[in-house]
Amino acid sequence: MNLRNVLVVYRKELTDSLRDRRTLISMVVVPILIMPLLTIGMGTFVAKMIGKAAEEISTVMILSAGDSPRSVAEIQALKGIDIVPSSPDYKTQISDKTLRAAVELPAGFDAAVDHGDQVTVHIYDYDGDIKSQFAAQKLQKLFDELRDQTVEKRLQAHNLPATLVTPFDVKTDNVAPPEKVAGATIGGFLPYFIIILCLTGATYPAIDLTAGEKERGTIETILCSPVGRTDLVLGKFLMVLTASLCTGILAIISMSASFHVAKTMLAGMGGKDNPLNFSIGVQAIVAVFLMVLPLAVLFASGLLAIALFAKSYKEAQSYIAPLMIVVIMPAVAGLMPGVEFNAKMALIPILSTSLVCKEIVSGTYHWNYIGLIFLSTCVYAAAALFVAVNLFKREDVLFRT
Amino acid sequence: MIEADHLFKNFEDKKRGTVRAVDDVSFVCKPGEIYGLLGANGAGKTTTLRMLATILEPTNGTARVAGFDVIKQSEQVRRNIGFLSTATALYGRLTAYEMVQYFGRLNGMTDEAIDKRINELFTRLEMNEFRDGRCDKLSTGMKQKTSIARTLIHDPQVMIFDEPTLGLDVMAARTIVGFIRECREHGKTVIFSTHVMSEVEKLCDHIGIIHGGRLLAEGTLAELRKRYNMQDLEDIFVAIVEPHMAKEAVAS
Repeated sequence: MNLRNVLVVYRKELTDSLRDRRTLISMVVVPILIMPLLTIGMGTFVAKMIGKAAEEISTVMILSAGDSPRSVAEIQALKGIDIVPSSPDYKTQISDKTLRAAVELPAGFDAAVDHGDQVTVHIYDYDGDIKSQFAAQKLQKLFDELRDQTVEKRLQAHNLPATLVTPFDVKTDNVAPPEKVAGATIGGFLPYFIIILCLTGATYPAIDLTAGEKERGTIETILCSPVGRTDLVLGKFLMVLTASLCTGILAIISMSASFHVAKTMLAGMGGKDNPLNFSIGVQAIVAVFLMVLPLAVLFASGLLAIALFAKSYKEAQSYIAPLMIVVIMPAVAGLMPGVEFNAKMALIPILSTSLVCKEIVSGTYHWNYIGLIFLSTCVYAAAALFVAVNLFKREDVLFRT
Repeated sequence: MIEADHLFKNFEDKKRGTVRAVDDVSFVCKPGEIYGLLGANGAGKTTTLRMLATILEPTNGTARVAGFDVIKQSEQVRRNIGFLSTATALYGRLTAYEMVQYFGRLNGMTDEAIDKRINELFTRLEMNEFRDGRCDKLSTGMKQKTSIARTLIHDPQVMIFDEPTLGLDVMAARTIVGFIRECREHGKTVIFSTHVMSEVEKLCDHIGIIHGGRLLAEGTLAELRKRYNMQDLEDIFVAIVEPHMAKEAVAS
């Protein structure tokens, strides 16, 4: 290996790639635009949808034998609901989303409450439909209050203290600092996006520098220059790595900026439980970047090896498209709540990085795992680079027909 | 100087199994001489030249180019050759100047030396008006000139041309033929492959007729005419190749 030659190749590939519109889009435009789109765009969209659902006047149907006018009057007095005439096909109506919820009072409900008989009120809703659930919640709340009042009345009637039915309270207190709560939820997305973007950023240059050269016929030109094949492939590798890291870094910058904007926007809207009310420290960002570094090497060399095998641009794309899923799967798995570390998992590339970065963002540093994951990813990266370099020396790969 | 010494090259093919693309080829090409490798498509011309240019490694045998062994000293070989074929394309997003400069750098030249040499070459080849034009925007003729400048940047002793005129129009082909002649005048060792008889008749000092990976006949044009008692090179070529084609037809 000759470092000067590697750098000559790298410099040329860099100039060449920076003049290519497609590389520029995948390397610069996509990471800069996708983050604000996802965070601010999606955030406002979801907030709007939820707000709209909560404000909606829910259509509710009362199913009653007509012998409980007191309770019916209380339901009718409830704010934010609109009572529709009862009909036997209420279940179909709920399924069709024309009716949000229905409440069924058993026969003689008012009387049963007064006499202390055990009866059941049924609330019908459509699970998973947020508008239906909001309606059901309103009804649920009403009956919870009614029940509490009834209990209180009965206790008073017998001259018993309220503590009889609630001998003690149970309360859960959160000791995790707020940034950890946020880190575990929203912060988990940060490494995920960085990993995916490192891959997409490397894809186009990897194809362009290998299968693209075969297709354009420049591979023979470059192979008859004195530069050795190892130098050549390393120069190309450095370019693909640059593209990968550039995409990743731009994604981090763009994401921090959009989080900041989204936070300011939401803070203006008020509300204490602002889900974006956390900040990711510079230290965490640097740590995430360091963890992603060997992964980017793995992506760059892996993509280079695959694309080198292909004869044409299209063939390379058809090999790489399924690879995307292979990479996205473990990265998504790292996002799942409750996925915890063990040593075996630390050896699974991508998944381990995704997991450890999630922890880092939430402020937890498991140094032994960080070391293990960094090392194991380095080993995979070195192996992939070795394969790519050796493929480049094989005539049957370079001149595959 | 090029000395091919019993070159063999096998390829693995899924359908046909092992294919012998080059089969025991030996020849010598001296400085100040043009050696023409004449053969039909698939005769083994390109494979032979690619082995001389160290792009492919021989399965057996070897060759010495400019005094260096193509297997053991491949880097030195590449430092001393200029390789041009219709397959050696240019990087479309680089300018003509950058393209030639890149190859100067790959040859280990200093930027100063490269600039001096490019000015010289671009003036000689009349390339100055498009020196900063991107290669993919250049006309075929301009591309040819850029390729020529690319092969000459490091002033190699040995020039290898693999069907350099294939698919070119008359004017572009003339530029190349003129350039090949010029190389001989400068005392370079030149080998070039073609299936165009007229080019061989016009240019070559030595002719090698290749078919099925084997070098079937060799000599100067005068020698071949005398040996086969024919004037026209095409007639001579057919007379040499036809018996082998008949044999192959029987074998298959």
